[in-house]
Amino acid sequence: MAKELLKGNEAFAEAAVRAGLEGFFGYPITPSTEFLEYMARRMPNVGRAFVQAESEVAAINMVYGAACAGKRTMTATSSPGLSLMGEALSYIAGTEVPAVVANVMRGGPGLGNIAPSQGDYNQMVKGGGHGDYFPIVLAPASVQEAIDYITLAFDLADKYRSLVFVAVDGNLGQMMEPAELPPMRELPEEPPEWAAYGAKDREPNRLSSIYIDAPEEEVANVRFVKRWLEIEKNEVIYKEYDLDDAEIAVISFGVAGRVCSSAVRVAREEGIKVGLFRPITLAPFPKKEIAELSKRVRRILVVEMNSGMMLEDVKQAVAGRVPIEFYGRMGGMTPFPDEILDEIRRVDQNEGEIVDGMERVEWLERLEERIERGE
Amino acid sequence: MTMQKVNLVYERPESLATTTTHYCPGCTHGTAHRLVAEVLDEMDIREKTIGVAPVGCSVFAYDYFNHDYVEAAHGRAPAMATGIKRVRPESTVYAYQGDGDLASIGMAEIVHAAIRGENITVIFVNNAIYGMTGGQMAPTTLPGMKTTSSPNGRDVEDAGYPIRMSEMLATIDGASYVVRRSLHNPANIRKSKKAIRKAFEVQERGLGFSIVELLSSCPTNWKLTPVQALNFIEEQMVPYFPLEDFKVMPEVKAIRV
Repeated sequence: MAKELLKGNEAFAEAAVRAGLEGFFGYPITPSTEFLEYMARRMPNVGRAFVQAESEVAAINMVYGAACAGKRTMTATSSPGLSLMGEALSYIAGTEVPAVVANVMRGGPGLGNIAPSQGDYNQMVKGGGHGDYFPIVLAPASVQEAIDYITLAFDLADKYRSLVFVAVDGNLGQMMEPAELPPMRELPEEPPEWAAYGAKDREPNRLSSIYIDAPEEEVANVRFVKRWLEIEKNEVIYKEYDLDDAEIAVISFGVAGRVCSSAVRVAREEGIKVGLFRPITLAPFPKKEIAELSKRVRRILVVEMNSGMMLEDVKQAVAGRVPIEFYGRMGGMTPFPDEILDEIRRVDQNEGEIVDGMERVEWLERLEERIERGE
Repeated sequence: MTMQKVNLVYERPESLATTTTHYCPGCTHGTAHRLVAEVLDEMDIREKTIGVAPVGCSVFAYDYFNHDYVEAAHGRAPAMATGIKRVRPESTVYAYQGDGDLASIGMAEIVHAAIRGENITVIFVNNAIYGMTGGQMAPTTLPGMKTTSSPNGRDVEDAGYPIRMSEMLATIDGASYVVRRSLHNPANIRKSKKAIRKAFEVQERGLGFSIVELLSSCPTNWKLTPVQALNFIEEQMVPYFPLEDFKVMPEVKAIRV
């Protein structure tokens, strides 16, 4: 199939349909709404379920129901909506049913704004709901990647009976760019054996996140952790650019990572030995790969569209081997390539040590200067 | 189980699991479970039925029935049932909910399931109290009724009046069958069963949203003996929550059970 000019949210929605989505449940929220609108047209046309729920709370519980029924199901939302879904996300994880949530992130906290952000990193990567569980989080940086990783999200969800987030930066949902959609997949004929679909000629299937006896809950928790270790071993995805001979590594994900790749290209033309490491799976986080990387470079620059959430995970992986600097924009602001280029040049010239925590203090000084200049 | 079935007049419905329940002595949840199970057996739909259990005293309902079951978050059973029914329209899907679950935390989900005319059945057990958490005031607690969170009796000036869910749901166009029954004596239990049968028949015919509210006892948290508790239903609850058919669509009226 040839590449077409596709609008982010609509392309992701179509990719989900082609991946075998049989139930979409959502609630309108900017900047994810096109997802819902597309599904409202598309799902009935292919004879599949679509419901505009009364709230995000109801939407995710409909997803929970459809997941228990053994069908591929998802919702799409944006940050405040994800907060409302927290409870059911935990139930989904506790019941070990597969579900996909696309979160088209926006500026926050609170009502915030509808501009692009990566401020939900912690919420998704660290779980989003109560209790001890581990969702998979995928962070695409282009419309094509979002299409590819939504498909992968369903496959991983099924493979591990896991909750999978696709972290879509607001700009990605709204932008149009050339991309290719995968072919339509056949729907499975048989339900998964664990699902609730009617106990004919078998014992009833009972799906629940309750383990009222603490020892039994602990056994379930052990199973979750072991499964997560397996996921960490098998499913880490990342991309590297110009890192072979790099002395400086930029680490950045999603749209911020894409902006960084432009800046890295220009810096290379200037003769700066810099490369980019872009995690695709924010969870499982490419810990080992970043640890290895930190043995080859003399300095690391982390760039995010938040206050340094992934920064903490990078620090843990790097374990003090090399100085780590940080640059971020917040509140719905997207950095320009020039800003990142300035940062790369500065980092290249900086030979000093950085006391842990000072990278944020120094970043805030530079950021405030920029804000004062109206940039 | 090898006993010969000679003149067998009473046995455990196949739709009930062969297990003991955790319900308190005198609680009518067991009666409600049995009625649902008898109806599923009689309609021969056990093998395609998926139940949705609530949070509350009937949180373990999924263990007490012998068919597929899922366990919802508090109040969300109608949303979960919606998700199941929409992707498996050939299945029979019902939610089993208490009054705290359905009429307080889950108010939005039950109302909107009715608005959409979801083709599901809801068994709504109203015992005017939060049982599982130890007897707090529910949205259906009667005026003046003492609970652990209304120790001086429900003060309507402060806590408002009890909600009559069936009356409210009956105003919704999407609801096809909305009735209230009671479990306080054999005659009313018979009527309850008939209503439950009708509610499932509504779903089997694709006629939309059906709900049967069942007035139920909670001797433990009402601090009454089982017999006193049944009398409490008759004398105190029925006058406030009348046993009526609040909404019966013309197509539903034609169903004979």
